[in-house]
Amino acid sequence: MINKTVASVTDALHDVTDGMTLMLGGFGLCGIPENSIAFLSDKGVRDITCISNNAGVDDFGLGLLLQKHQIRKMISSYVGENDEFERQMLSGELEVELIPQGTLAERCRAAQAGIPAFYTPAGFGTEVGAGKESRIFNGKPHLLEFAFQADFAVVKAWKGDEAGNLIFKGTARNFNPVMCGAAKVTVAEVEELLPAGSLDPNEIHIPGIFVQRIFKGERFEKRIEKRTTQKKEY
Amino acid sequence: MSLSKEQIAKRIAKEVKDGYYVNLGIGIPTLVANYVRDDISVEFQSENGVLGMGPFPFEGEEDADIINAGKQTITTLPGASFFDSALSFSMIRGKHVDLTILGAMEVSDSGDIANWKIPGKMVKGMGGAMDLVASAENIIVAMMHTNREGESKLLSDCSLPLTGVNCVKKVVTNLAVLEITDNGFLLLERAPGVSVDEIKAATTGRLTVPSEVPEMMF
Repeated sequence: MINKTVASVTDALHDVTDGMTLMLGGFGLCGIPENSIAFLSDKGVRDITCISNNAGVDDFGLGLLLQKHQIRKMISSYVGENDEFERQMLSGELEVELIPQGTLAERCRAAQAGIPAFYTPAGFGTEVGAGKESRIFNGKPHLLEFAFQADFAVVKAWKGDEAGNLIFKGTARNFNPVMCGAAKVTVAEVEELLPAGSLDPNEIHIPGIFVQRIFKGERFEKRIEKRTTQKKEY
Repeated sequence: MSLSKEQIAKRIAKEVKDGYYVNLGIGIPTLVANYVRDDISVEFQSENGVLGMGPFPFEGEEDADIINAGKQTITTLPGASFFDSALSFSMIRGKHVDLTILGAMEVSDSGDIANWKIPGKMVKGMGGAMDLVASAENIIVAMMHTNREGESKLLSDCSLPLTGVNCVKKVVTNLAVLEITDNGFLLLERAPGVSVDEIKAATTGRLTVPSEVPEMMF
């Protein structure tokens, strides 16, 4: 067993420096690496490029880094629900690249899988396709899209073991598995960190080979963005 | 009478057939799940990574780790599954999803759709909409027939940045059900009490009106 455990978020992210490109898992606030984001906010790294489906809300998730102007560029598919983001984008303080969600996921997966580029139909005929190489397959036009290149992938999992194996819960899975191994270094924060052998190998979603550093998050707030319920009928 | 959002959803629910896997967008499309007949088997996919979505949870039973693409807390039904974002879009791009229902700001008479950006005013992003419309073979748009200024949203050409070209098959609005054909919009049904002339007046794109246009049935 190759032990991937580090003692803390500080050990996991100590070598993140200004100007780096980071991939961060999560969909909305669901499944975001919240301990890592809090650390990056405290550490104050600047000028970073974030590849993440969304940009958090004003006071949580990547919104924390936006507030402190630590992000130079966001690469996302959907950035609603964040007023500060919109303000920085419209004023030109923040560079934003919006790309289709499936293309975002596949550009991560391609990086993980060692595939430099691929064709997808998403965005053809729209401004997303402007300036991109296109090719017709089976009578239908497709755009050439490239694998991401990132310095760190920062993901959140439910359970992990010392070997770096990961299991995700519910829809907190989202982009987290596809970002593992898609950057030079993958850091996983987990709710439960277990000794090797505790997880059933049949049930592991991401094998430890894709993860360089794993730590147990100190605290998970797991904020709900849109609490929606129904009343019980008696 | 022009339809309410709930009535638009109820009419679209009739397009959902037994055995369908269905992706519902945010807004009116989300409401469609409430009106699908309970004697057919349908599974709802949400692109953030769940198939077999159920209703909203009861108060106190919300799970922050189980949400839909609109970020609302949800539940799952027996037979449900969770998966990552790449696999989710394999379902969508790979045409494994049978029906996609989404909202729009504008639709053109050749089936173009715009729903993600108003230059200078609103930029929320396309989310999964561009992947959905580029691959789905059966796309229904749910929207109001006109915007807040009373201008038609069914146009010859979209004025807003496009989400996809030549992809929408059917549009259900508060006034009408329309199919998109090689000759533009074909009026199939009208909302109860709404005249053909009202629909013509509210439609800027090419519109074909058959001699008989029945009222919608729910």
